[in-house]
Amino acid sequence: MATPLLEIEDLYAGVDGKEIIKGFNLTINAGEIHALMGPNGAGKSTLSNILCGKPGYHITSGRVYFKGKDLLKLSAEDRAREGLFLSMQYPVEIPGVSITSFLKHAVNAVRKYQGMPELDTMEFIKILRQEGKNLGLDADMIKRDVNVGFSGGEKKRLETLQMSILKPTLAILDEADSGLDIDALRVVAEGVNALHTKDNALLVITHYQRLLNYIVPDSVHIYADGKIVRTGGKELAMELEQKGYAEFMKEKND
Amino acid sequence: MSNENKNNIEIVDEAGDNYKYGFVTDIKADTVPAGLNEDIIRLISHKKGEPDWLLDWRLKAFKFWQTMVEPVWAKLSYDKIDYQNLSYYSAPKQKVAPKSLAEVDKSLLDTYEKLGIPLKEQEVLSGVVAVDAVFDSVSVATTYRAKLAEQGVIFSSISEAVREHPDLVKQYLGSVVPYTDNFFACLNSAVFTDGSFVYIPKGVKCPMELSTYFRINAKNTGQFERTLIIADDDSYVSYLEGCTAPQRDENQLHAAIVEIVVLDNAEVKYSTVQNWYPGDKDGKGGVYNFVTKRAACRGVNSKVSWTQVETGSAVTWKYPSCVLQGDNSSGEFYSVAITNNRQQADTGTKMIHIGKNTTSKIISKGISAGFSNQTYRGLVKVSPNADNARNYTQCDSLLIGTTCGSHTVPYIENRNRTAILEHEATTSKISDEQLFYCRQRGIGEEEAVSLIVNGFCKEVMQHLPMEFAIEAAKLINISLEGSVG
Repeated sequence: MATPLLEIEDLYAGVDGKEIIKGFNLTINAGEIHALMGPNGAGKSTLSNILCGKPGYHITSGRVYFKGKDLLKLSAEDRAREGLFLSMQYPVEIPGVSITSFLKHAVNAVRKYQGMPELDTMEFIKILRQEGKNLGLDADMIKRDVNVGFSGGEKKRLETLQMSILKPTLAILDEADSGLDIDALRVVAEGVNALHTKDNALLVITHYQRLLNYIVPDSVHIYADGKIVRTGGKELAMELEQKGYAEFMKEKND
Repeated sequence: MSNENKNNIEIVDEAGDNYKYGFVTDIKADTVPAGLNEDIIRLISHKKGEPDWLLDWRLKAFKFWQTMVEPVWAKLSYDKIDYQNLSYYSAPKQKVAPKSLAEVDKSLLDTYEKLGIPLKEQEVLSGVVAVDAVFDSVSVATTYRAKLAEQGVIFSSISEAVREHPDLVKQYLGSVVPYTDNFFACLNSAVFTDGSFVYIPKGVKCPMELSTYFRINAKNTGQFERTLIIADDDSYVSYLEGCTAPQRDENQLHAAIVEIVVLDNAEVKYSTVQNWYPGDKDGKGGVYNFVTKRAACRGVNSKVSWTQVETGSAVTWKYPSCVLQGDNSSGEFYSVAITNNRQQADTGTKMIHIGKNTTSKIISKGISAGFSNQTYRGLVKVSPNADNARNYTQCDSLLIGTTCGSHTVPYIENRNRTAILEHEATTSKISDEQLFYCRQRGIGEEEAVSLIVNGFCKEVMQHLPMEFAIEAAKLINISLEGSVG
């Protein structure tokens, strides 16, 4: 029997009084990779933001459990400390804050929460350098300020680096391929795959099938108008690529 | 130095003083009444055993002060100060110093804890023990001074300098900030109690950073502090003023003066961390800080830089300035000012270009939170003969929350067409996106704010001496506690 990491039950939620998520159900077990595919504007980012506790959204009804805990009751930082990670579509710049300093704060906040001793700067830099090297990152990059002046590809690599440092139990990749050329895409995908074990899980949000050639999902869900309209294996992504979203939306409306 | 401490020392001083100069008024030394008049000034001068020229100077200043009116142009509002209701000679108070840290206000101790201040120092700061009792002081201070004396560096209280080096003091006192300069500077000139005196001889690079914290005669500085620094030809000194730890201080009005004279090829680096009592959440109490700080770059190739981190005081009125007289001289101003709750700060700098090829740089970072209000007020002035003057100004403001205010008032007066002047200003808020990004990585909200704020200040903080910078970063975090959420 698989261990459920994430259970979303009949979730209704939205922003600015507008309902965007309408009866969403999804269970992700340890060891699994799920892909959530949907057209632009379907509310994919809304879903990931809500799961990660970004302020400004409302929950109308439904329940979300993460590792058996009521996720919606936790603060954004506690969700992260519990092992939920969001690789963001548009990572924000934080001027004057070096990647090293930022990530050291993050790692130690998580370690503290989990009852582990905090890392000192030397220990941390050693780990950071090693992880950076594994991802083929320039050693100078980790000295730069968080996302400041980064290209799209660099930002996504930095997200992957953070993921490899924080070692989340469930990582949500929100449009991890947007703005990436094929080489960068491969690097990011390899990094993500290397982190995947039987104890953690991935939720890959994308609107192209392309990324799924590199990160191969166990299940593919088609998301439209606030809920999953169809679930299948990885071949569903291929079918979607051929037919387009309109076909599936129609199917739902029938 | 806490007030209690000062009082103890004063009381001891008074006891040993039999008015040997036969002072004429019937004012009892340990009960100087409130009010300001010539007699009080005579008393101050006499108690310090000052020469006549200095007393005359004080009296002239006082006379002039009586013709002046308090400035109202700053964007500050505070209750009117009743100058006749203040005590001008470090008024001794009968209040007893706390006997142990157990008697000290808990919030103060919490702050010390967060700053990581050793227990012994906590005792000094909170007024449990006098400095002397802790630092073994005579030995620390004498070793310190002996080392400086080897190089001919003079570092003493200004009172001592008046006695020991009257010619130097007479030559330079008031030469950068004349008593006619402004209302508060004039008041200070009349009643200043003590402060630091530094002289760096020709060709000497001062072997250590000079800090008021360790100066032996830091006892009587009080509310009208006066500092005079002279860097002779080809010399260098780095001077640190203040302390990150909040100090107990019941003097509400502070009006200090710092004068710096920089001669040929000399350089002075002046760093300040100001953390006086800002008042409570509703703005009750708190220090009014009206300071005049100015450096005269008199020599060719002379250089001065002001670096300040201002987190304290209820009201701050402060514009450390550079008068660039010598050809090729340069002035720099790096500032971080943080206001929270009901604090008000009107601060900035003046860069006066007089010599040829003079350069100046201003980096000002203002952070406002709570219901505070902050103004950057700066003047860049280029005189007709200041060919090829160059200024770069950057003023960045960061707002936390929606109830604070930030204002930028840059004045530029250019009378020379070869000047190149640049001004950049930004106002930003800590964005929800930045906060969420940090929190999504497990960093709590307050920690995230401090991380972002410290990043915002980095350009200034890197100009502080290393240890000072680390303390100042902690101080910034403490100052902003409770400003989010």
